[in-house]
Amino acid sequence: MSAYRGKYADELIANAAYIGTPGKGILAADESTGTIGKRLSSINVENVESNRRALRELLFTTPGALQYLSGVILFEETLYQKTAAGKPFVDVLKEGGVLPGIKVDKGTVELAGTNGETTTQGLDGLAQRCQQYYNAGARFAKWRAVLKIGPNEPSQLAINENANGLARYAIICQENGLVPIVEPEILVDGSHDINKCADVTERVLAACYKALNDHHVLLEGTLLKPNMVTPGSDSPKVAPEVIAEYTVRALQRTMPAAVPAVVFLSGGQSEEEATRNLNAMNKLKTKKPWTLSFSFGRALQQSTLKAWAGKEENIPKAQAAFLARCKANSEATLGIYKGGGALSEGASESLHVKDYKY
Amino acid sequence: MSCYRGKYADELIANAAYIGTPGKGILAADESTGTIGKRLSSINVENIESNRRALRELLFCTPGALKYLSGVILFEETLYQKTAAGKPFVDVLKDGGVLPGIKVDKGTVELAGTNGETTTQGLDGLAQRCQQYYAAGARFAKWRAVLKIGPNEPSQLAINENANGLARYAIICQENGLVPIVEPEILVDGPHDINKCADVTERVLAACYKALNDHHVLLEGTLLKPNMVTPGSDAAKVAPEVIAEHTVRALQRTMPPAVPAVVFLSGGQSEEEATVNLNAMNKLKTKKPWSLTFSFGRALQQSTLKAWGGKDENIPKAQAAFLARCKANSEATLGTYQGGAALSEGASESLHVKDYKY
Repeated sequence: MSAYRGKYADELIANAAYIGTPGKGILAADESTGTIGKRLSSINVENVESNRRALRELLFTTPGALQYLSGVILFEETLYQKTAAGKPFVDVLKEGGVLPGIKVDKGTVELAGTNGETTTQGLDGLAQRCQQYYNAGARFAKWRAVLKIGPNEPSQLAINENANGLARYAIICQENGLVPIVEPEILVDGSHDINKCADVTERVLAACYKALNDHHVLLEGTLLKPNMVTPGSDSPKVAPEVIAEYTVRALQRTMPAAVPAVVFLSGGQSEEEATRNLNAMNKLKTKKPWTLSFSFGRALQQSTLKAWAGKEENIPKAQAAFLARCKANSEATLGIYKGGGALSEGASESLHVKDYKY
Repeated sequence: MSCYRGKYADELIANAAYIGTPGKGILAADESTGTIGKRLSSINVENIESNRRALRELLFCTPGALKYLSGVILFEETLYQKTAAGKPFVDVLKDGGVLPGIKVDKGTVELAGTNGETTTQGLDGLAQRCQQYYAAGARFAKWRAVLKIGPNEPSQLAINENANGLARYAIICQENGLVPIVEPEILVDGPHDINKCADVTERVLAACYKALNDHHVLLEGTLLKPNMVTPGSDAAKVAPEVIAEHTVRALQRTMPPAVPAVVFLSGGQSEEEATVNLNAMNKLKTKKPWSLTFSFGRALQQSTLKAWGGKDENIPKAQAAFLARCKANSEATLGTYQGGAALSEGASESLHVKDYKY
């Protein structure tokens, strides 16, 4: 059998297509407890459950924001949390026409014999966990594989191991009703140029799609969450149009048309950079048989976090900042973003943290 | 480096795109001496050089036919032949806006330890041969890999070996200025249903595109010549719309959008069947980021051969038959074929020969 045809096939196809609706995208709010702790400490907020809950409530209940989102990725704790008034977050999202998603990987571990390369764990008992998440309302999942560019990296071992892990995760998700987001992130760290990033991205994506085919994954019921193709963090910047051209070309060379949508990660890009680059891709006149949208974490929340700073009286202006970024990225998926969307403090701030682990 | 960027890159991209021009397709006239002998004997014509020359002159000089063709695949002997009046065939084609192509493989040999599966030879000295063919006017090449469907076939060995051979052939062609047509034919022989054919086709195409990526082939400068996805020759027939749906879906699941065009082989289909199936694909409303056109041998020549019968006085009616099939297939690439195009004797005749070797 070439591709999964089990009981969830039609639902997977419909949900994956919905997530790729032009004008919508994904809010990645799946920071683990440790990672959200770093965000909270940057605004001097204590990392306790009530604060984590309050932040996510601020985001999900921002008036008018949900119309710009097709999905929100949640960390496990958040999947079971409620608003202060007692309404489950999954219900808030569903009523707003937003599919709840769930991060299912268990972080990275180093591959022995490599120069700090990693693979991602989380396959053990994954089927059962997916079933639980589906029952709790989740309809898509996310698994982050990480690769880096270096003199000898990414190695064939790292590529093969991460591609295989993504493929196993993907088919298990599909067997249990969750659309798998396939995320092979190639870190931006380094002094390489955009051509090097393009070459590595094409090799990695080709390996991923071969692995997905080998594992009988139904491509129509998946999404891809790749890095954009850019110069390394220590190299000179290039124009958004250049990033757009290289990124779309890499996808043209490796990603079958059956995949309904690409939901880009923002990596270390500032809010404004990420939006402009996405906009440039959607303006490009070339073959693009898949939607190009966003799955942004930091690039949607940075200025919101700064505006909130943990204080209730700041909620309206924090929500205004969040709404502005959602709207800006919605426009970027349509290629109509004009730039400078209500720039809040922090919108142009680079969010690059060397060798970021979350 | 992810893909070839040598001196011929722009030319390869332009020629591959030209071959995929809507309304045009390829005449596969590359029958080896032995194979064309079988065709000639079926109409009681002696297999000598002058007759082989006369047949090809009849085809290439059919008034009005060349405008429906973007390429003609030639056997080596034909590349150097001329019309009776002394004009080289390559010039006849070029003057008519048709790119000359050349068959470069040297047939199949069996893989030990398999149940009659084969690989294709022809890599030795291929670079030099390509240079000679380019100098003689050829601008694209063709290499036929063959796979079959059976209880244990195609085996992983057969898939890997044929995919690798195709990828080596492809990059050597590109280094020497010829657009490689990648042809992984899965024979129609067998009692299997269309789903089985779809599964095998998807697996084989995924392997081919992984191999092409591994070998740094520039996809924008290649063409694919696959089988249509159909039931086996011993199974019940299905409607053209069903063939269209399964075939296009297989391509959506495996073939990156960077490939400019698909030039289908006709296998054992009759002239009319092949045209009607191609037409149905072009009518289908779905994602098709590549042209869908033809590279037909028997399905373009069958009724022409019968009409000719080897006699000079039959040339006009033979040419009329050929023109009719060219025009019909041109319309099929646009989805505008109405059917029954001046059906000549033989147009509905099945051209299936079990376990066809040419």
